[in-house]
Amino acid sequence: MSDKKTLIINGKEVEFTDEPNLLEVIRKAGFNVPTFCYRPDLTQYGACRMCVVEVEYPNGRVLINSSCTMPPETGIKVKTNTERTRRIRKTVLELLLANHDRECTTCDKSGKCELQQYAEEYGIKDVSKYVAKRKEDFLPIDDSNPSIVRDPNKCILCGACVRACSEFQGHSVLGFANRGSKTVVQPIAGKPLAKVDCVYCGQCQAVCPTGALTIKNEVNEVWNLITDPQKKVLAQIAPSVRVAIGEEFGLEPGENTIKLVNAALKEIGFDLVFDTNFSADLTIMEEAHEFVERLSKGENLPLFTSCCPAWVRYLELQHPDMLKHLSSCKSPQGMLSPVLRTLVPKYFEGFSEENINIVSIMPCTAKKAEAKRSQLGKDGKFETDYVLTTQELAKMIKSAGIDFKSLEPAEGDSPFALYSGAATIFGASGGVAEAAVRTAYEFVTGEPLSDIDIKSMRGVDKNHRCKDVELDIKGTKVKVRVVSTLKEAEKSLQEIKNGTSDFHMLEVMACPGGCINGGGQPRSCDDTHVKEKRAQGLYKEDSELTYRRSNDNPDIKKLYAEYLEAPGSHKAHELLHTVYEDKFKGSYKDVVKA
Amino acid sequence: MSPQTHAGLDYSKVDEILANYGYEKSNLIAILQKVQEVFRYLPLDVMTYIGTKIEGLSPATVYGVATFYAQFSLEPKGKYEIKVCDGTACHVRGSMPVLNAVYQCLNPVVVVNGKVYPQMTADAIKIVIATIMNEEEGK
Ligand code: SF4
Ligand code: SF4
Ligand code: SF4
Ligand code: FES
Repeated sequence: MSDKKTLIINGKEVEFTDEPNLLEVIRKAGFNVPTFCYRPDLTQYGACRMCVVEVEYPNGRVLINSSCTMPPETGIKVKTNTERTRRIRKTVLELLLANHDRECTTCDKSGKCELQQYAEEYGIKDVSKYVAKRKEDFLPIDDSNPSIVRDPNKCILCGACVRACSEFQGHSVLGFANRGSKTVVQPIAGKPLAKVDCVYCGQCQAVCPTGALTIKNEVNEVWNLITDPQKKVLAQIAPSVRVAIGEEFGLEPGENTIKLVNAALKEIGFDLVFDTNFSADLTIMEEAHEFVERLSKGENLPLFTSCCPAWVRYLELQHPDMLKHLSSCKSPQGMLSPVLRTLVPKYFEGFSEENINIVSIMPCTAKKAEAKRSQLGKDGKFETDYVLTTQELAKMIKSAGIDFKSLEPAEGDSPFALYSGAATIFGASGGVAEAAVRTAYEFVTGEPLSDIDIKSMRGVDKNHRCKDVELDIKGTKVKVRVVSTLKEAEKSLQEIKNGTSDFHMLEVMACPGGCINGGGQPRSCDDTHVKEKRAQGLYKEDSELTYRRSNDNPDIKKLYAEYLEAPGSHKAHELLHTVYEDKFKGSYKDVVKA
Repeated sequence: MSPQTHAGLDYSKVDEILANYGYEKSNLIAILQKVQEVFRYLPLDVMTYIGTKIEGLSPATVYGVATFYAQFSLEPKGKYEIKVCDGTACHVRGSMPVLNAVYQCLNPVVVVNGKVYPQMTADAIKIVIATIMNEEEGK
């Protein structure tokens, strides 16, 4: 080790290594400064000036610097909380608030909004010395998008959403426009967010400090279903929800709370509670079958996974010529709903095709849009009635006055309750491919895969957004590529188009690190390690479960024996597979007249 | 026929400009200036197109640059720009009759989906519309 590097923060000597900026060193040392525009997973922008600190250099000079853009330096003395830094932060807050639609009580971000939080912490009581934005200058709220609501009057122009969309999804749907007091962040030419190439991933909303971008809230609609005595309401819970929702109630990220979630849903009034993990196993049965078939025929390879609706929409909009690669499997959400509609009336008294309503609990804002795909319903009635994100369910639990942590743990409802470890890892980038390989190996060789942990497919941090894994299926080399973010996916698509790709399967999750970091999860944009802890929570559950391969799950075997016959059967196709739509017309790339 | 946008704009020139500037993000302002020279304004279609062609940009970010600088116009402009001042002093000194005279000398310009028809007359516009309707029916 070379000589260690140190600096002083608030009188305390602190060591640092390769932290990208002073702010990270400050936070590691146990201090904090407020931020709006800094997000550790995005490039630094240095616009809001909230993170200013006083820096004394060895030569005695004292400067005010924004800590998020400044690299740490040996020998400097940093003060995070001085009269000057407080005054700057207060001025920033006052200016922002004067220009803000301060209707906090009816704002969806209330209680989670960083502007509100800092205004309170810094004791801002009066902004009347600044010219306030007038009501008649307020811009219209855009709620055209099925997943995200945009309220420009709450925007503080921090640019986090613009960077998230561009650095994760590769094309910034949102951008700055105009200048001076007219500056806004909006889709091109102020078009509605539903009329541009937004893929509904919600990552913009996940980094937005205020109520300018929020999840389309469907809690009231679900309460209406639940309080209607004529209706039976079924829930399904996605893998990633269980390792994140606890954060809303003071538990650690990664702590598996599935039994508390089951109990909370029953307490709220859901009639039956099922696990999307069950249909993740079903997805693997169908997808592994499809993969083996394509491998043997050498057709439509590489196979693309199809469980991420943001990815599906991206292909439909921008690369319709590649849709043939996409697995025809519905997503686990899409598979479970029709299975429940068909089979619950056979198993449970009082449930009929007419009175069943299905609500799914997802880490994902794009699932709201998926549920409304015309292919997943008929005559205006959809197989999944509503999709609530993890955040919305947490709100529901709180508003029902339920003490989440002290609930009596409960099991899900049988016969669709059992799930394998392969299903639970679906939430992390690499999990779907790992699960598929565990089963595909057995489909091909007739023997179970012995090295069941495929560690090279794992990892959800910035350095693991593209993973190449080569497997040996009894002499046949199979190459699997795992990517997260559509920016990474686009690179793989270009390789395929150029003929330079050599992988047979491509797993894509649009959110960085996968669904554990989905747009509907509890807020974690300040801490890049939260997603890693959530992923570890899933891998831990996988390692502890009795069944680790989807094809070993007894409830899955039973479903095939009693109803579906075999993977890829006619019945399986009817319920579990889907088709895609060319949505190129009107998309960004559709400029040229044919 | 050279490639056209939905609005009927020939954008082969846009490709040429993009190529001349190496499809570089850092050349965006120069690219927009050249494009504006060709079309006399920055059509939305063309901004969208540029946004998909340059790595690291998007339609929304190109639009952002175009609306940030006063030199760019998002509305079609004529070859000659005539401004008649109607401030108080000019108004008193007869700016209105001048403006009316301008109207009398110049027939109006009509823009259909971004395509500019100068010197329009009541008869000419009927022909233009009839042609478009014929095209639509023929589809
Ligand atoms: S939802 Fe995703 S694709 Fe749409 S604007 Fe936000 S980040 Fe971009
Ligand atoms: S919408 Fe939110 S994230 Fe985007 S610039 Fe405005 S405040 Fe920042
Ligand atoms: S990665 Fe997961 S959470 Fe994100 S958009 Fe795709 S399915 Fe939704
Ligand atoms: S957080 Fe550092 S300038 Fe915004």
